Amino acid sequence: MHGGSRKMRAEPETIMQWLHEVPDPEIPVISVVDLGVIRDIQWLDDTLEIAVTPTYSGCPATKIIALDIETALRDKGVAKLRVRTQLSPPWTTDWLTDSAREKLQAYGIAPPHPAGGPKSCPRCGSEQLTRISQFGSTPCKAQWRCDACLEPFDYFKCI
Amino acid sequence: MEAKFEFLCRMGDSALILGHRISEWCGKAPVLEEDIALPNIALDLIGQTQMWLAYAAEVEGAGRTADDLAMRRDVWDFRNLLLVERPNGDFAQTMMRQLLFDAWHLPMLRALTTSSDERISEIAAKAVKEVTYHYEKSSEMVVALGDGTEESHARMQSALDLLWPFSGEAFVSDTIDHEMATTAVAPAPETLWDDYEASITGILSRATLTVPKTRFSHKGGKSGAMHSEHLGHLLTQMQWLQRAYPDARW
Repeated sequence: MHGGSRKMRAEPETIMQWLHEVPDPEIPVISVVDLGVIRDIQWLDDTLEIAVTPTYSGCPATKIIALDIETALRDKGVAKLRVRTQLSPPWTTDWLTDSAREKLQAYGIAPPHPAGGPKSCPRCGSEQLTRISQFGSTPCKAQWRCDACLEPFDYFKCI
Repeated sequence: MEAKFEFLCRMGDSALILGHRISEWCGKAPVLEEDIALPNIALDLIGQTQMWLAYAAEVEGAGRTADDLAMRRDVWDFRNLLLVERPNGDFAQTMMRQLLFDAWHLPMLRALTTSSDERISEIAAKAVKEVTYHYEKSSEMVVALGDGTEESHARMQSALDLLWPFSGEAFVSDTIDHEMATTAVAPAPETLWDDYEASITGILSRATLTVPKTRFSHKGGKSGAMHSEHLGHLLTQMQWLQRAYPDARW
């Protein structure tokens, strides 16, 4: 047993905290942990393996997320590391953390809501809303408009 | 294994070719919301293609990758439905093609979530969530345009008349499908027809459109026996870079 190499292996909880500092490349107010895409953290011998699940299968941010995770962990001194794509179970907006929902709302993006549309306008709080399109500036968002303040806004749609 | 490779190419190629077709609208769709929506759908489909063709390449075991399959096969090796290689035409044709495809794609993926092949069920479980939104969009749009102005109604009806004979190919069974069905990898294609017909006629009637009487269907796409002339033209554009500069990378 070599004490030195053991010391190098950070606990998964610590690694999770480190990953909390890695922002989502498209929505930088939330972290990749908030987004719920980190599915597993484990040491395989001296290699750290992070399982990441894609949000949407074609989302171009997926590759950037993997790259950002690698960079962040290397900066923390992890020498050997592998980011593995895990498909199953498929990502769901149910995995967004509560703090992610609050941060999205504050940022102007209505968080996912079980009813299938935003609960209220992230700007003025009105519940008089109209859907413009189920597709938006990134695969995970839809476009809505507030009928009270008339502002269009993004909605993080349920999936 | 060969049948499974063929089957995976069918799933992957239909997603790829339709994804490429829709992406042709990028930057010139009739309104901004559509210009955003169509490339999003294309992105989903191309993401799904990567999953299908990556698995196809693994099953084949000849050292090819998803990119090799997408970029280095020629027309006769593609296994997509003839419907998806149809040119975009006007916006009515694009939306009708999308509806006729989605109305098959969604129940097909739903059935594949219980595939005896675990990897296929995982890919389907991922894709089915995205395709639910595609179908919602295409059906709403067809209803809005069909039951719209005189002009939009006429265009939707001629799009339906043009594309309906391409909708049946997905439901025609061959030896590959038979093998996939007997090993519970995929549903027998014809078993999806009744639900398809019911849902599509429901949508088309809400769209005030008349379903053509003919049950004739063009075929030869998913078997690869006879693609239309449109696929070659599409490939010249899609594959140009990898053909001109093999192994070029970002």
